[in-house]
Amino acid sequence: MNDTVLAGRRATMSVAELREKARFIRTETLRLTKIAGAGHYSSVFSCAELMAALYYDELRIDPTRPKHLARDRFVMGKGHAAIGLYPVLADLGYFAPSELDTFTRLGSPFGDHPDMKKIPGIDFSSGSLGHALSVGVGIALGGRLNGFDYRTWALLGDGELAEGQIWEAAMSASHYGLGKLVAVVDNNQLSIDGFTQDIMSTGPIDERFAAFGWQVHRVDGHDLNAVLKAFRSLDEADPSKPQCILADTVKGKGVARMELSTDWHVGNLVGEDYDAVMNELMEGVI
Amino acid sequence: MSADWQDQSEVFNGTANVGLKDRRSFDGTDTRSIPAFVFGEELADIANEDPRVVVLTADLARSNRANDFAAVHPERFFNLGIAEKNMITVAAGLASTGFVPFAATFASFAALIGCEQLRTDCAYPQLPVRVVGHHSGMSLGFYGTSHHSLEDIGITRSIADLTVVCVTDANHLRAVLRASMDYPGAMYLRLGRGRDPEVYSEVPEIEIGKAISLKDGADLTIIATGSTVHPSLAAARELEAQGINVRVIDMFTVSPLDEGVVLDAAATTGGILTVEEGNITNGLGSGVADVLLENLVLPTRFRKHGVPDEHVPVGPPAGLYAHYRLDTAGIVSVVKEMLNDD
Repeated sequence: MNDTVLAGRRATMSVAELREKARFIRTETLRLTKIAGAGHYSSVFSCAELMAALYYDELRIDPTRPKHLARDRFVMGKGHAAIGLYPVLADLGYFAPSELDTFTRLGSPFGDHPDMKKIPGIDFSSGSLGHALSVGVGIALGGRLNGFDYRTWALLGDGELAEGQIWEAAMSASHYGLGKLVAVVDNNQLSIDGFTQDIMSTGPIDERFAAFGWQVHRVDGHDLNAVLKAFRSLDEADPSKPQCILADTVKGKGVARMELSTDWHVGNLVGEDYDAVMNELMEGVI
Repeated sequence: MSADWQDQSEVFNGTANVGLKDRRSFDGTDTRSIPAFVFGEELADIANEDPRVVVLTADLARSNRANDFAAVHPERFFNLGIAEKNMITVAAGLASTGFVPFAATFASFAALIGCEQLRTDCAYPQLPVRVVGHHSGMSLGFYGTSHHSLEDIGITRSIADLTVVCVTDANHLRAVLRASMDYPGAMYLRLGRGRDPEVYSEVPEIEIGKAISLKDGADLTIIATGSTVHPSLAAARELEAQGINVRVIDMFTVSPLDEGVVLDAAATTGGILTVEEGNITNGLGSGVADVLLENLVLPTRFRKHGVPDEHVPVGPPAGLYAHYRLDTAGIVSVVKEMLNDD
């Protein structure tokens, strides 16, 4: 437990394999939503490639030692997408995949939003939007004080950026020069009530983060090669600046009826619709 | 009255403290002596031995004396600026990496602005964050309602997995800070304005969750917390001279309440008077009443004394305490009313 550096896992999987993991994230989200009776499909679909790239390639983590002090930390700001994270954690070995069958049922560790006290591999509980970047600032400060080299990752939604606390955190991250803090913005263009640019413009996101003292890297969030390259480029980034990966994505990506639709923030597919969407995901190429 | 106006102008604005008397400050300038506000220096002492201590504030390092900590442990001090929500969540993030953070700001901001961060990021994940709300109650006097925290006991008491402690005086604060280091889960520490008169002449032996009996008596029990302990004890002594024997309990932990002490007080002294510097809705008094009723141990007399459900008028602290009968004379008169109300 006292190692100060945890080995990475970069390039242990091909891009084609990562693509299959992104598909797995989407299909598992479909399956688990069926258990719950309602779920956030489209919020997961926009970040499936980002999650696959992070968990199967980028993060320095050890599923056999989920509380390893030197591990990279991941905080899911958009906690409602945790339904896409749980299967990844199970797949990596943090717990048995069969445990996922309890998803959202009474007493289950797996709620709609992730709970660090109940689920191995969850670094911080989330659900209330706007907190995760502050959590990340605290974890990054803690890592620096403790002399660890880990990165702290916070996955944020573009709608979430309307929360004022995000900008309090952004300000403090650059004030403290937290070069090991990474905000990944899943810029999927929608929040619950519609397009973010109509509900409340949170952009230009790149210029706003830059103005708050961050180094910004813009990438197509569904292009795995580009995402991997962006993550790896952080090794050469300005170590004195917190890092923002602005990932342009499509809410609902991979399912035609859900893409950029305001009707699918929460939904439940049943019967033929479920089968049709499952087929679409199994056959689709992203 | 006139002295209190001076008190307010000198204490509340941190910059006014500088250069008056015999204390070190962050930049080495002597500052006015604030005998009861030992927050920063005690934490600095604890931190000398315990690497887990970190201190955060939101641009109030002078008011809460966190600057005394910063002077000794600058690398473990974080001033987050005027951004309380971020401060509390950053503290939670630090706690998740093994630290015991003390995040301090005015109680009105800690518990009201930061309420959701306190619940969701500190209490719910059971992290050892100590959110410190100082200048609580109406101790910011004529600064007015924006700076008063009359609701924080009620708010924090209703948050699960959050221990709520109201600090009595300087020595008690030292004891609470030390006891908090290995206490599990999140805590809300409610402090006064830093000139709380002495109740404990030495650092008391305390156990969080266990009330302290300060004076025995058979006629009635005052259960007080925080700033009201001192005037309650003074009132009990004054009443004793008049032949009225009042028990005084320092119920410094208001959540969870020391139920045994409450039940014993009702059973053996009959009357219960709760005294708190806060809105009596869902405060200490409500908690005590719950314990009594749920156990069907019914006192012969009962009164929740504090601030009624209203926004208080403008005035210096002493004027407000007199107005609401939370000073010694006021508490004496309330006890007499209760005992004569047969």
